[in-house]
Amino acid sequence: MPRSTSIRALLAGAALLALGAGASADEQYFPLQSYRVGPYAAGGTGFFGGFIDYLNLVNSRDGGVNGVKLTWSEGETQYEVERGVEVYERLKSRPGIAAWNPLSVGIAYAMIDRITADKVPLITINHGRTDSTDGRVFPFVFPLLLNPYSETSGIVEYLATREGGLDKLKGKTIAVLYHGSPYGKETIPIYELLSKKYGFKVEQIEVPHPGNEQQSQWLTIRRLRPDYVVLRGWGVMNPVALKTAQKTGFPANRIVGNVWSNSEEDVIPAADAAKGYVAITTQASGAQYPVIQEIVRTVYDKGAGNLSDKKRIGSVYHNLGVLNGILNVEAVRIAQAKFGHRTLTGDEVRWGFEHLRLDEARVEALGAKGLFHSINVTCANHEGEGRVTFQQWDGTQWKVVSDWIKPDWASLRPIIEASSTAYAKERGLTPRDCAAEEQADIQSGKRASVDGK
Amino acid sequence: MNPELSFFVEVVVGGLLSGVMYALVAIGFVLIYKTSGVLNFAQGAMVLFAALTFVSLVEWGLPFPAALIATLAVMVVVGLAVERAVLRPLVNQPPITLFMATLGVAYVIEGAAQLVWGTQVHGLDLGIDDTPLEFGGVLVSRFDLFAAAVAGLMVALLTLFFRYTRTGLAFRAVADDPLAALSIGLRLPRIWSAVWIASGIVALVAGLLWGARLGVQFSLSLVVLKALPVLVLGGFDSIAGAIVAGLIVGAAEKLAEVYLGPFIGGGIEGWIAYVAALALLLIRPSGLLGQRSVERA
Amino acid sequence: MSTALDLPAKPRDLSGPVGIALLLALAFGLVPLTASDYLFEAILTPFLALALAGLGLNLLTGYAGLLSLGSSAFMAVGAYAAFNLSLRVPGLPLPVSILGAGLVAAAAGLVAGLPSLRLKGFYLAVSTLAAQFFVAWALNRIGWLSNDSPSGVINAPRLVVAGQSFEDARGRYLFSLAIVSFLTFATGRLVNSPTGRNLVAIRDSEVAARIVGVKVARTKLLAFALSCFIVGIAGVLWAFAYLRTVEPAGFNLDRSFQILFIVIIGGLGTLRGAFLGAGFIVVLPLVLSRLGAALLGDSFDSGTLEMVQRIVLGALIVIVLIREPAGLSALLHRTARRLRLSA
Repeated sequence: MPRSTSIRALLAGAALLALGAGASADEQYFPLQSYRVGPYAAGGTGFFGGFIDYLNLVNSRDGGVNGVKLTWSEGETQYEVERGVEVYERLKSRPGIAAWNPLSVGIAYAMIDRITADKVPLITINHGRTDSTDGRVFPFVFPLLLNPYSETSGIVEYLATREGGLDKLKGKTIAVLYHGSPYGKETIPIYELLSKKYGFKVEQIEVPHPGNEQQSQWLTIRRLRPDYVVLRGWGVMNPVALKTAQKTGFPANRIVGNVWSNSEEDVIPAADAAKGYVAITTQASGAQYPVIQEIVRTVYDKGAGNLSDKKRIGSVYHNLGVLNGILNVEAVRIAQAKFGHRTLTGDEVRWGFEHLRLDEARVEALGAKGLFHSINVTCANHEGEGRVTFQQWDGTQWKVVSDWIKPDWASLRPIIEASSTAYAKERGLTPRDCAAEEQADIQSGKRASVDGK
Repeated sequence: MNPELSFFVEVVVGGLLSGVMYALVAIGFVLIYKTSGVLNFAQGAMVLFAALTFVSLVEWGLPFPAALIATLAVMVVVGLAVERAVLRPLVNQPPITLFMATLGVAYVIEGAAQLVWGTQVHGLDLGIDDTPLEFGGVLVSRFDLFAAAVAGLMVALLTLFFRYTRTGLAFRAVADDPLAALSIGLRLPRIWSAVWIASGIVALVAGLLWGARLGVQFSLSLVVLKALPVLVLGGFDSIAGAIVAGLIVGAAEKLAEVYLGPFIGGGIEGWIAYVAALALLLIRPSGLLGQRSVERA
Repeated sequence: MSTALDLPAKPRDLSGPVGIALLLALAFGLVPLTASDYLFEAILTPFLALALAGLGLNLLTGYAGLLSLGSSAFMAVGAYAAFNLSLRVPGLPLPVSILGAGLVAAAAGLVAGLPSLRLKGFYLAVSTLAAQFFVAWALNRIGWLSNDSPSGVINAPRLVVAGQSFEDARGRYLFSLAIVSFLTFATGRLVNSPTGRNLVAIRDSEVAARIVGVKVARTKLLAFALSCFIVGIAGVLWAFAYLRTVEPAGFNLDRSFQILFIVIIGGLGTLRGAFLGAGFIVVLPLVLSRLGAALLGDSFDSGTLEMVQRIVLGALIVIVLIREPAGLSALLHRTARRLRLSA
């Protein structure tokens, strides 16, 4: 049987290669399921570039977090779920894993069971499974800053400011152009809900994947004559939407993009057709923030920057990556304050994320004032009340055109809890008692300080 | 004009113009299928490669015509290389093997394109203002009209080539009956080379026009999915069929999306063209203008 | 003109009963004792699922000579059918819901196979794309199919059969292995039965088949149904045993091509071809990227590596096709014969 032996020999070789990298006492490791190839490579290079740049900055400026060095390695996924799973299985046995940051809804879903069993946090910044906001049911999943529901609410709140108040939305028409995928469809019920609540008319139109042809959708919009079009796109769908809007005479400044339609890569291919287009973001773009400047000085000027094209420093995805780095590193720092300045376990880092409270003063101290507003993660709320702002494309760069807007979390929470409760029931899980856990934390904190004396 | 009627006209016109864009990609397939019986799935990768090469050269500061000529040269080399390295060694293999080989080629070209030129998204400006023109309440895209004109010109040139040049005539002889062509001494390899060069050029034209519409990025290689139903409908071996089928598919899918979509759920464009093409084929198995052949029984 | 799928005659089977017994002993006995979690979770389980899909497609393409580009759509049908059966029929044993999923996929295959009565070759191949895109659309559009999950992504139910849990890495592997072995044996019996010979008769010459009394239309549809039954169950394994989540995007055109690659690289019209092909397609990219990472170090830009790997993979496919158009199965056969001769 030459077949089995030769294949198994190869497998054994692969398995040996997969090991490697020995353990070291004071390191915290970030496995990265990056995607630098394929249809979504532009987003992947920016995000993972920014993340790595920030980890690099912390290492070279501070020598790590309280002396604990940050390490990472990448596995290419091409945004494909099974490749993401392969990378997970390959890297999960490395020592000192802090958290997983896949930046892909599909991969995140496939990992939820796995990371819960392995007790390591899964960070899905700005995306992911909406009901994982409920930390009582999803202890290890963190859709930080913004989930799809809050995004929807944030966009509606912003449109209200343009009209002069939520009551002015009455009688208006909003068309939502969404990507024909689970991701695209996720907010359909929320737009319906908000349209009833505020009395605007909503028309939701699907664009089949990949979205390289949208003539009929925009002609439908032209007939509908909506006041605004919300673009819930992904990849090539975004520039094509803007171009087709121009072709059918719909003004770009009345199109509002969602969080995956807000990058330079979405507007540059549309050229002039994108001028005036507005999009939501949790992190302003631009390189003027102190933390980005520091990255330029300490990382890029030494030739250690991750982006091959320096012009992309401060772009939307790069800043999102940096912000993701800040949140991960601060969670580690907060956890270290409780558990000690050493390599932490995944569960300890989870505790850090659940106490990730960065107020405006702390954000300023981190050199990120203006880059993002604040975050307040708790045991029950894994999203952390992220604020959103809106940027307008002027043909060469994004300009912030709104304040930091608060989505209407209170009215979304019941829907999220209904969904997470159903999930808990389906899986036979008992939701955690967050109040009791906080109490226990306080107790153990007191005991620790008593012991210290 | 009645607004509903003018809307209808708008949908039809928009669909027809989109159809021309589909036909543009389909022609690349037809050229190769006609002479060598290969469904060349690498056509999409060639479209991507051409557009990416062109736009990168322009961004390097090469003037427009120089970049165009350089890209043309690159595409000729690519076409020739594929023909020499892959197709010729596989001659006389079953079509499915050839098809798989072109998929392998597609991997190589996509990988090479991104390795050489990077994965960044580029804008491509052909200098055509795309503000819509208005004819009696009906908006027509200026860019799409331009694209249709380019496609028309290309088809005209191809027709002239096949009708009046030696290579072109030989090409038709091979397409009609490869054995007879061989027996009168036509050199098949030379004709295959010519055809691969031609399909490289078609890929460049399609790449530029589609690149200007979508931006130049990986998704450009997905435009082949729009061309396949056109091929089924028009016949894999007919350029005229590709054009006519392109128009039909374009108009039909837009009409279906706009008028049928609200009833059965939107986003049906992805498959409706295939179903429409199939329905037509069941009535007329030889396609619109394709040759009657055993392949379709 | 030759037909679309001229194939060499099936090489004489060199894997006798002893060989198969040894192989099974290895797969059921030795591997579960020795392999690591990574091997189970990232290599062996997907390998089994894809090999099964390849087996199903081989029945259609290799034996009956009908080309399909929509295999992953039927994997999706199978996965979603099994999910819904488990969800909506409380207490339904997992094997029954998997069987049901296969039947649903077979029914879908029957419908998708209708064009084969009039179309052949690439025309048929492209028409199967209609199934590919329609299924993706329907799964996305009809919320009921994904139990109205807000994001359309569903979690697979737990792998428990008769109180026995197969939830850990080894269990998932054994669960898949049991199903794959069973279906492989069943397929082996099938292709050597009169039905199997009818399939081959149609592939080799439809006219001749008709003359000797093969009911061509019925046999073609049967080929679609049988093939999709197996492919559907492969979809269940892919979703339940491997990924543990189901989303329509995972069953896209690339996956269909991947399965077709498996069949063609492995060898059309042979049972072991599917396994050889799946080994090539699943393992090779991983080996290439590990090799690249080992040579170039951890910090190397994973994107560049991936692109080089894509080029190498594409080139290898072309090389295999040029050097061994009948697939790895024929290569194996020849090697074995040479070994025997020299021995």
